[in-house]
Amino acid sequence: MADLYISDEMADDAEIAAVDAALGGRFVVVRESERFVRAGTSKRHDHRHLLLPALHALQNAKGWISPGGLNHVCETLQVPPAEAYGVATFYDLFRTDEPTQAGDVTHVCVDAACQIAGSGKRIAALRAQSINVHESPCLGQCERANASTGEVAEFVQGVGGPDRVEADERPYELFHQKGDESLRLLKRIGVVDPTSLASYRAHGGYDALTAAMAMGADAVCTAVADSGLSGRGGAAFPTGIKWRAVAAEQGRPKHVVANCDESEPGTFKDRVVMENDPFAVIEALTIAGFATGAENGWIYIRGEYPLATARLQNAINQALEAGLLGDDAAGSGHRFTIEIRRGAGAYICGEETALFASLEGFRGEPRSKPPFPTTHGLFQEPTAINNPETLLNVLDIVQIGADGYRSRGTDRSPGTKLLCLSGRVARPGVYEVEFGTTLGEVLELAGGLTGSGELRAVLMGGAAGSFVDGSYLDMPITLEHARERGTTLGSGVVMAFTDEIDMVDILVRISQFFRDESCGQCVPCRIGCVRQHETMVVLQQKGSLTPDRRQLVDDISQVMVDASICGFGHTATNAINSAIELGIVPGVPS
Amino acid sequence: MTATFETPIETTVSLTIDGKIVEVPAGTSIHKACESAGIDTPTLCWAENLTPVSVCRVCVVEVEGQRALAPSCARAAEEDMVVETDSDRVRHSRKMVLEFLGSGVDLDQAPELQKWMEHYGSDTSRYDQYELPALKMGEAPKIQDNLYIRDYDRCVLCYKCVEACGDDAQHTYAIAVSGRGFDARISTEFDVTLPDSACVYCGNCIAVCPTGAIQFKTEYDLRGADNWRPDEQEVTRTVCSYCGVGCNLELHTQDDKIVKVTSPADHSVTSGMLCIKGRFGWQYVQPLDAPTRKH
Ligand SMILES: Cc1cc2nc3c(=O)[nH]c(=O)nc-3n(C[C@H](O)[C@H](O)[C@H](O)COP(=O)(O)O)c2cc1C
Ligand code: SF4
Ligand code: SF4
Ligand code: SF4
Ligand code: FES
Ligand code: FES
Repeated sequence: MADLYISDEMADDAEIAAVDAALGGRFVVVRESERFVRAGTSKRHDHRHLLLPALHALQNAKGWISPGGLNHVCETLQVPPAEAYGVATFYDLFRTDEPTQAGDVTHVCVDAACQIAGSGKRIAALRAQSINVHESPCLGQCERANASTGEVAEFVQGVGGPDRVEADERPYELFHQKGDESLRLLKRIGVVDPTSLASYRAHGGYDALTAAMAMGADAVCTAVADSGLSGRGGAAFPTGIKWRAVAAEQGRPKHVVANCDESEPGTFKDRVVMENDPFAVIEALTIAGFATGAENGWIYIRGEYPLATARLQNAINQALEAGLLGDDAAGSGHRFTIEIRRGAGAYICGEETALFASLEGFRGEPRSKPPFPTTHGLFQEPTAINNPETLLNVLDIVQIGADGYRSRGTDRSPGTKLLCLSGRVARPGVYEVEFGTTLGEVLELAGGLTGSGELRAVLMGGAAGSFVDGSYLDMPITLEHARERGTTLGSGVVMAFTDEIDMVDILVRISQFFRDESCGQCVPCRIGCVRQHETMVVLQQKGSLTPDRRQLVDDISQVMVDASICGFGHTATNAINSAIELGIVPGVPS
Repeated sequence: MTATFETPIETTVSLTIDGKIVEVPAGTSIHKACESAGIDTPTLCWAENLTPVSVCRVCVVEVEGQRALAPSCARAAEEDMVVETDSDRVRHSRKMVLEFLGSGVDLDQAPELQKWMEHYGSDTSRYDQYELPALKMGEAPKIQDNLYIRDYDRCVLCYKCVEACGDDAQHTYAIAVSGRGFDARISTEFDVTLPDSACVYCGNCIAVCPTGAIQFKTEYDLRGADNWRPDEQEVTRTVCSYCGVGCNLELHTQDDKIVKVTSPADHSVTSGMLCIKGRFGWQYVQPLDAPTRKH
């Protein structure tokens, strides 16, 4: 990069030490007063992917990103300060102004599951104790929300010390299928020691990688394609097609990415897996690398998952030590390593192209598709990106074969599905069910309804999904039935609402979520989300919508669905539209 | 038949736009294909001399067989494509995009957009009924020197200035998009003033801004005095006298005073971009703060 202009503000020792530690001392900062050109603009992106880790280090050191700290990072990584500032201000976990209250920040979830469990009260109580509270979107711990105890999801962002989730310090007791023989994906949860490779191996760990290597890369891709496995991150794209496409790419290097951003309100399945069976994610990603011929594995995990991050890092370290990762990963003759990157509070970074931009050190703005990630993914190089649940399925596919895998589920939705049960159910938690199980059976599995006991609606697939009512209890949980009946499984959210709940409050919050989380790049979504939220606030204030405003709801929705760039804008009006269609919004005719 | 190297084969694609068959060179955007068929398409974030970012979505068209509408400025025309530029869905999206912008941004100095708003029936008064804080930032214009001003109440976030300052022309990276969602803004680091930033005052951001959010201080002052009369301005084309590159300048004069300097976007040397000398270095002709007379 040609001569950067960097102001006189300097980082202090704490900031420099934190950044240097985060970057592994890889850099010698060059300070030159005269103009010099490093290697043209092509050098510009060389170290840029370290921007996010460096910003995390600054934020953690002082509780905010100071001008001096940012200068130090910009000089080290050769990133223009205006761009680095643009990146820092994109994320919820970063501050660029000095906080008035120093010290740790307690993030309290205000999204639906916690909202109806009383997060408002909890926030008031914490603030009364002068605790520094930040109202947060879904923290991926929705099963912890409990209306009778008043517990809601919390995450403490440390300053000078580590980030933590206090609930993680207690044993995890919200998994209710422990030891169930029929489990495929969750069979080790609560059974295996998540910190030990030996324990993982004793429970069948790394048998799948051995099987995959015996089959050969091509046969693995074929088995995955034949199994009918489709993506569990929300879009249900056939995994076999994706892997074959990347395997066929001649360009190097290639990447496989585990999309562990899990920020869809109501979703927490990936967290439960990563915390309790982290080696399985590492093994499955290794198989993905082997099958696609990718040498680089990446885990992009949301910043609010400190325990999962630590467990995954520990698993990577142990796998490296045992030679299961590295230059000759598991004796495959194939180099494969995995690096973890933490997000910083941005739902949109779960969208695959936004995730690439974020990981590369740019603002998490989605890119236009085509070109697709299989040819132009991370660093514009061929990339297979999958949800961890998708990857987990591959462990079984390579061991029991595509036919064995298809023995469960339906023809068009083979296998099992992880569902995130939350809201007014007696035993919230993640459940593995066979495709074809009905919605009613699933609610029973979670102990049935609590609250008033009278079902008002179920939110399927998260805030980007849709509401259904009691007439859907007989719907088999499959991709085809969901599509046929105009709803979605999305990321596996099943959140129950009983009839004492004010649905308008829920819709106001959902619209606020989209308003806050839009990347802001395209006009339909940037302004449409604001207008949608305003309409819901007016509804809340007035108790009904005038015909003009009712029309506006449809007009806003139409342009967002038709003209937005990415899936965020395409789905941001689903929940509200579906609630109106069901006739469960008082004051708004369907 | 033997291929001859002298005559490169020009591959063309033929597609249907609004029922008419149109033939264009392969790689042409739908927008350009529409233009060649005599169909006018609104654009906002697109410009001849910048990489398409496709963020404003005002140029969307309906492509048969595709679920969402496509940005015509960036999507390439393909063989046998069937494109509608005036369907209900297209008209609705264009109307709403313009309406959204008009409801939150000051578009007084963007006559082109106003024309399109009228064309599509955009009605910004639909949003006046909200008893909620207005969307406009209500920020005072940033006047930090006597060369140019930034008035972000007029900004539609088209990313053009960022591109011109960065990868597409200047490679200075003085400004970038900061914040997220509706709070996104064009900004220097920590919003420092331009003289404190990396800005080299090439004025290329001014040249590409479609709404007057960034403009010459001379223009800003004249507008403030209600004395900006573009219809009476004369444009004189000349060559910059400072160095040997040979940038073409267009001197815009009003009452025999230079009021702004541009360069033609299609000029082979500049592509519309200049440096501080060409853009602002006319004080040897006329001092910057020369009072401008109202006649
Ligand atoms: C706004 C938005 C957020 C998303 N968030 C996630 C996420 O947190 N995790 C995930 O796996 N996929 C998410 N996706 C889907 C990804 O773009 C991508 O389709 C997925 O990671 C592919 O993996 P799969 O085929 O295994 O599902 C999101 C998509 C959108 C539009
Ligand atoms: S649809 Fe929304 S989230 Fe997606 S690119 Fe547009 S503004 Fe960003
Ligand atoms: S004047 Fe030139 S350097 Fe300054 S902000 Fe505009 S484009 Fe960038
Ligand atoms: S200042 Fe002008 S060029 Fe820059 S984003 Fe705003 S409207 Fe576009
Ligand atoms: S953690 Fe509160 S809704 Fe998910
Ligand atoms: S002009 Fe095409 S999206 Fe802006």
